[in-house]
Amino acid sequence: MTECGVWAYAVSAEIGPDRLAGLTGVAGQPVRSVTGDGLAAAVSTVSMAEFGEQPLRRRLEDLAWLGATARAHHQVIEALAPPVVPLRLATIYRDDSNVAALLTQRQADFAAALAELTGRSEWGVKLFVGQSVAPATPAEPDLPGAGPGLSYLRRRQRQLAARDQARQAGAATAQQVHAALGRLAAASQLRPLQSAELTGEVTAMLLNATYLVDDAASARFAEAAATLGRQHGVRVEITGPWPPYSFAVLAPREAAS
Amino acid sequence: MSHPVPHTGDGGVQAERIALVDLLDRVLAGGVVITGEIRLSIADIDLVRVSLQALIASVSGGFGETRD
Repeated sequence: MTECGVWAYAVSAEIGPDRLAGLTGVAGQPVRSVTGDGLAAAVSTVSMAEFGEQPLRRRLEDLAWLGATARAHHQVIEALAPPVVPLRLATIYRDDSNVAALLTQRQADFAAALAELTGRSEWGVKLFVGQSVAPATPAEPDLPGAGPGLSYLRRRQRQLAARDQARQAGAATAQQVHAALGRLAAASQLRPLQSAELTGEVTAMLLNATYLVDDAASARFAEAAATLGRQHGVRVEITGPWPPYSFAVLAPREAAS
Repeated sequence: MSHPVPHTGDGGVQAERIALVDLLDRVLAGGVVITGEIRLSIADIDLVRVSLQALIASVSGGFGETRD
């Protein structure tokens, strides 16, 4: 007999059966809901031969598998009616009764998280160095009498100074834009900058941030990001709306007394 | 809810890749982590989180696309 587990995607106030009709999740399995105490979790069955700790460890290092699994996880969460509390990828329970017990035990925490997320979505904003603001190092004529070694050193010094200056200016721009966008958002989070190899972009990333924005204000937020980008001469990339992956937080469980 | 679309203005292949990077960044670092009666959570697998950026960087460009 194959041992099975239950992959949990997200928790919501209710999940209508029509939302899940025909929906498949990780490993192509049909998605169902588990309910408890006024909450519902979207789940599907996974084989522990594939999703047990050891096999999962190995597979998570396989980018093709990881990508497909992440997309399947995401697709299910997107199919649910917001607000939802997304669960971390690879949250696996023994069976449905464990999921139902979770909903009952953490009912107040999930309800509070859902209330915080109602009418809001996550938007990602990245800034990249603009093509036009590449540091210009004017070609100064070599000093008469200076040897090639000295000329090289001076040139090198100027290059390094220009690069340093550009880096500082970029950091200042990122800070200003982040602060301005933060004022339009309910919450914000800085994410690690991604390398050029990772982004495939030709210019360096200055800011990688994500914001929880009221849906009613999302157009204004996107406009503000574009305007700030133009003002600072940097390129802006916006993604969204995302399910609130970065802003779904459960209050820490109180210690049993 | 519409699918997140990167406003890159670039070709579809690149947009697809950017979306995957952003998606992995979110689903691996975000989402609620639950402790307790759980069988397995990725939070137990710290190794993966630590090595992920390096992993993606090391295989980027290997998404079946060609870049010059």
